[in-house]
Amino acid sequence: MTDYLKLLDSDLRFREGLNACMNCGICTAICPAAAIFDYDPRKICLIMQKRDNALTEQLLASDTIWFCGQCLGCRTRCPRNNTVGYIIQSLRRVSLETGLYLRSDQGRKQIDLARNIGGNLMKKGYCVDMDLVVPEMHPEQGPVWEWVYENRQAVCNRCGGNYHGSGPGAQRTIDPQSMSELQAILRTTGGEAFINKLSKGE
Amino acid sequence: MGEEKRYWRDYQKDIPDGPFFYVRSCIRQTFTPGAETMLLKILTGYLGLDVYEDPRHTCCSGIGYHTDVVPLETTMTIIARQLSLMQEDGYENLLVSCVTSFGLYNEVLDIWHHFPEKLEQTRRYLREATGRDFALPKAVIHTSDIVYKHRSRLAGMMKYRMVDRQSGRPLRMVDHVGCHYAKIFPAKGIGGAEFPQVLSGLAAPWGGISVDYSERRHCCGFGFRQYLLKDNRSYSVSHSKVKLESMAPHHPDLILTNCPGCCMFLDRWQYTIAEIEGRTYDDAGRGIPVLSYEELAALLLGENPWDIGLQMHQVQVESLMDKIGIEYDASQKYLGDRGQYIGCPQKPDVLLA
Repeated sequence: MTDYLKLLDSDLRFREGLNACMNCGICTAICPAAAIFDYDPRKICLIMQKRDNALTEQLLASDTIWFCGQCLGCRTRCPRNNTVGYIIQSLRRVSLETGLYLRSDQGRKQIDLARNIGGNLMKKGYCVDMDLVVPEMHPEQGPVWEWVYENRQAVCNRCGGNYHGSGPGAQRTIDPQSMSELQAILRTTGGEAFINKLSKGE
Repeated sequence: MGEEKRYWRDYQKDIPDGPFFYVRSCIRQTFTPGAETMLLKILTGYLGLDVYEDPRHTCCSGIGYHTDVVPLETTMTIIARQLSLMQEDGYENLLVSCVTSFGLYNEVLDIWHHFPEKLEQTRRYLREATGRDFALPKAVIHTSDIVYKHRSRLAGMMKYRMVDRQSGRPLRMVDHVGCHYAKIFPAKGIGGAEFPQVLSGLAAPWGGISVDYSERRHCCGFGFRQYLLKDNRSYSVSHSKVKLESMAPHHPDLILTNCPGCCMFLDRWQYTIAEIEGRTYDDAGRGIPVLSYEELAALLLGENPWDIGLQMHQVQVESLMDKIGIEYDASQKYLGDRGQYIGCPQKPDVLLA
């Protein structure tokens, strides 16, 4: 079995996130995800403090680690300066790197996120832009957004934007030299390989 | 200085007067591009500050980082490139307009401070990828900090006040401060995470009243992957609903936000909840208008609401403008960039203006 604890220990977010949890449960009381999902940040700390590799594997392959919304309210409230949100970041990374994310429904949704958010960053230099928010995928955006989307160049530029233009301004196209630098950063740091791996569901 | 005053000093923040290197929010440029236009006009025009936007800067990758598709090392190096541009342009104060970015810039600087080997690794990556080097910023400031700092100066320039023109009643404002503004690093936010003042402090000088509500510190519900994945959006709407239900008994005239994402969610989810449940959160069934601090400032300064981009909001703002007595030309609302009529949105069955 892979030594998952060793992988987690190598992530500074894991080391910084879990100091000396006394399981008081303040994180769970404040956690928006705990109010909605079958998710309990206090239990995450309980499991991780056991230092049990088999239990850790179960957690990494479960839906549980994908429920956190990363508000990081747990960081503000913990009386022991733990941050479950950081522990979650490191658990997710190990799950993604080892492929365990593919064993859970919530984990497999990373494929879509990599294709959309990661793909947009690699192609355009923005994680999100107007073109990405397609009304068919966003019915909650309502009829005004549908109108904005259909007329996005006219509406954006009416408000001083620079839709797909060069130079400064909202929704501008990032110049080729800057995109080339960004892509080189993604290649050098492993970001491109990571996004591509997830996009292919590997 | 008395004990009590020393205590409150922990909740203050030094805000320089510039010059500033500006970095944008990809969420705001998507949903409220006019807010960015107005913010820059307020900072450079009305306040006369030196604010520079280098068009070579990219997204900070924060949405990708918090949705776990962009590794930490990649994000740190992308941020290092922004800082490299800042150094090249001769600036030292980083002015961040996005709350996710603001939290992430502070996070990365904190990591570099406590883990110098990560700073060295980032320098190596950036040099290898781009040949660039970078300097650490002297200050990292959120754009709402600047508006807060100059709130009284701006009040002196305002054409309108947050007051009901007919009755003389000060308008009631509820605020929502984005989570990553101060929940990660309370000392980086005005009022910290416990006593957020950056928005509520604008109400009195601008003529209104800030109203506290029980879920004031609760998340809007973005949740990164929880909103971005269609299947998970119940998380997002549920938390906005918690907030809206908590606001409604106080009969607010408007919701004020400092995070472009929160601004959009509290606006759009009112529409969704109204469609699903028929529930609206104001007495007239129109919804509570949601504005960002720069949109509100621009409105009160007398800027054209359609230049601000208020036509892009789902909850219509005319009721608020009428209360204040803001003059506007309704026929300009649906004009495009060349003054052409571009049609109007389909009216929803709910939230009718």
